[in-house]
Amino acid sequence: MKLIGGYTEEMRESIEMVEKTRDERMKKSFPPMSLEEREEVLNKYHPDYKPDKKRAVKVGPNKGDLAPHEVVDLLEAYPLIDPKEIDLKTIDYDVDLLIIGGGGAGTVAALWANENGVPAENILMATKLRHGDANSMMAQGGIQAADRPEDSPAIHYLDVMGGGHFANKPELVEALVKDAPFILKWHEELGVQYDRNPDGSYVERPGGGTSRFRLHSAKDYTGMEIMRVIRDEFRNREIPVLEFTPAVELLKDSEGNVAGAVLFNMETEQYYVVRAKATVLATGGFGRLHIQGFPTTNHYGATADGLVMAYRAGAKLRDLDTVQYHPTGAAYPEQIVGLLITEKVRGMGAQPVNKNGELFVFPMEPRDVEAASFIRECARGNCVETPTGMKGIWLDSPMIEEIEGEGAIKRNLDAMYRMYKRFGIDMTKDPILVFPTLHYQNGGVEIDAESRTSVNGLFAGGEVEGGVHGKNRLMGNSLLDYNVFGRRAGISAAKFASKRSKPTGLNLKHVDSYIKELEKAKVPKERRSPMLLPDYRGEKVLARMLDIF
Amino acid sequence: MSEEKMITVYIMGKAYQVPFGLTIMKAMEYAGYRFIRGSGCRAGFCGACATVYRKKGEYKFRTALACQTTAEDGMYLAQLPFVPANRKEYNINELDPEKNVLSEYYPEINRCVSCNTCTKACPQELDVMYYIQAAIRGDYRQVSELSFDCIQCGLCTARCPAEITHYHVAQLARRIYGKYQLKVPEHLEKRLKEIEEGKFDEEIERLKNMSIDELKSAYVQRDIEKIPRGEVSDE
Ligand SMILES: Cc1cc2nc3c(=O)[nH]c(=O)nc-3n(C[C@H](O)[C@H](O)[C@H](O)COP(=O)(O)OP(=O)(O)OC[C@H]3O[C@@H](n4cnc5c(N)ncnc54)[C@H](O)[C@@H]3O)c2cc1C
Ligand code: SF4
Ligand code: SF4
Ligand code: FES
Repeated sequence: MKLIGGYTEEMRESIEMVEKTRDERMKKSFPPMSLEEREEVLNKYHPDYKPDKKRAVKVGPNKGDLAPHEVVDLLEAYPLIDPKEIDLKTIDYDVDLLIIGGGGAGTVAALWANENGVPAENILMATKLRHGDANSMMAQGGIQAADRPEDSPAIHYLDVMGGGHFANKPELVEALVKDAPFILKWHEELGVQYDRNPDGSYVERPGGGTSRFRLHSAKDYTGMEIMRVIRDEFRNREIPVLEFTPAVELLKDSEGNVAGAVLFNMETEQYYVVRAKATVLATGGFGRLHIQGFPTTNHYGATADGLVMAYRAGAKLRDLDTVQYHPTGAAYPEQIVGLLITEKVRGMGAQPVNKNGELFVFPMEPRDVEAASFIRECARGNCVETPTGMKGIWLDSPMIEEIEGEGAIKRNLDAMYRMYKRFGIDMTKDPILVFPTLHYQNGGVEIDAESRTSVNGLFAGGEVEGGVHGKNRLMGNSLLDYNVFGRRAGISAAKFASKRSKPTGLNLKHVDSYIKELEKAKVPKERRSPMLLPDYRGEKVLARMLDIF
Repeated sequence: MSEEKMITVYIMGKAYQVPFGLTIMKAMEYAGYRFIRGSGCRAGFCGACATVYRKKGEYKFRTALACQTTAEDGMYLAQLPFVPANRKEYNINELDPEKNVLSEYYPEINRCVSCNTCTKACPQELDVMYYIQAAIRGDYRQVSELSFDCIQCGLCTARCPAEITHYHVAQLARRIYGKYQLKVPEHLEKRLKEIEEGKFDEEIERLKNMSIDELKSAYVQRDIEKIPRGEVSDE
């Protein structure tokens, strides 16, 4: 196959059309949709609105609620461990606070628990990969906070509610928007660097569904910049962390409080028992479930483990019926299919256009609407097809350089530029091909404004929890979410721990009764969870695998 | 890609046939490896997949990110899942940015022999040697700028003859620059004060108490700040 500047000849022909219409489009605009129009495109084209892709959960606190099959398959599944085989008498780690998950939320929770009186040595973080191998490290676009005079937390509130289809939990949205400027100040004190204008004010950009410019970024490495600073601070405080040691089940005490977890060292295959006065769940999202076969932007460990463990412990979940597909995942080249093209690319002016070079949607609709519009455009036969049969919409990235001047892409979108360059494409000169990709778990374990779940002793922050974003999260609100509710989880858990004595009577009775429920519901025995890691090994290898060692 | 051209890669010396057009990471998975270490973000942001390799017939020792590099015929691959690099602990609130804190905490930077091996090893193509030079001078700002895209993979450190832990030096420099040399914008300080004084409480309370229909109409009527490029229309 002959490639010219990374693209096939057929794709080149379409690129010519995009170039031809560019000057005209630069002057043009496309009207945003009304709420009714939004509703219509969502109903017809958004993957979430297909009724056969979901089913009602048969067991547990959310019995009867709808969720994607892939999620229900994990909720309706038997534990990895046999409760009878776990010796709970020998405690390997005895702490005040157990934090499950070493992404942003977990790290923030640890720092604020420490700040609120829990000594470092009485905290334990357990995480599945390395500390920081997490969705938090990958965020590109930015973080929202209403700090400009033209903006206010109240306007932010309204944007969040509208984006979430008004299904959000108001007290959580209030906490989110009111804490936001404070979080930025905290980051400043730690040494996080946000992009500045020459006068020292923040560079702030629009995001899909935001009515003000309030997206703060650190080039297109925003998540990485925040994550590496808070991790560095965590290391300075010598808070203990166990890597490659995920939690596989929560533990309870004799009074029914969550009181720690069973961990599994994936390298030695040994388990550990952790007793904790309070437990923070910060395991992030579920992109690696590849719901409806979509590729994903998420890191390797985003497998919904936290949902599963919390559910077995009796925690109520919410809003799991909606899944966020990011409109702009890479659709080409094959090596990077599904990886995120930050919304900031549109925020800086790149328009989505079809194979004929036509603009067909307002570029900054909320994510679900934008994604559904891309899918509709493909259904109309206006997509570009790649050599491997992927469909895609052009994102006219060279517009950015025309609008903001030469070098704007390298200055602001270095990660994107670098990624395409690695695969032979120069996005300053040629458009890039995108299609919706599985991005974010909108719902999760229900919390209140103090980050308490419905089970005593269990707190949650970040992508694993639900309620903040209702049915659809807006860009820049989940970095904010993990900071706001990671912090609140850490503080609440520290308070909770300080008021109680060491848990007694550690048990897994909730798992035993969950197994009984599963048996009653006739769930197939081979279904197991949590998933821990996806399996991408080649089919030929799996077909000839022996389980003898 | 569609015609499934196969290539041979040598994973830690063992030959495997894999289709052309996969990243090194996916090629290893195709060959039957299931990662515990060595795979994090899978998108070029975390540095978990640092890889060293050599191509058949070459003497050159190369570095790459397995998730961001296409596997080629004749690659000898090994991963570097952990770098036991020296990292200093410090209290960010007690540093004196007027002094060269970098040299104080990491005196070994002064032993740099300017061989440029670190720069050549960097999969992000950063000017690593230059940021170490800037660190020697105590120029926090320049270290920050040159190292900003560092994903902390450790490949530079693994190759450095002077045992410098570049990425930890850079992290310290960036935090000092961010904390002490970048000023907190006035508009942020002002907003914090307003929030503290409860300026927005009443309005948020009002929104919180609205019925969904009232909220919807407030939402539809909210004014949308113009994108200053004629992209948003008022039609
Ligand atoms: C590519 C990408 C770009 C994004 N861009 C933006 C953006 O611009 N703005 C924005 O606001 N948001 C963005 N997001 C969303 C945002 O980054 C995440 O929602 C947020 O960082 C989640 O933080 P978290 O701490 O809850 O989860 P994570 O950061 O994912 O951390 C969870 C951690 O828990 C670990 N874990 C999982 N299971 C277990 C277990 N059983 N035991 C122990 N540990 C476990 C995981 O491996 C991981 O380390 C983006 C997300 C992605 C993937
Ligand atoms: S590899 Fe080490 S010695 Fe060589 S230039 Fe880089 S920092 Fe200096
Ligand atoms: S500077 Fe070093 S640690 Fe950072 S990305 Fe480059 S090689 Fe990796
Ligand atoms: S897996 Fe994160 S950089 Fe490759």
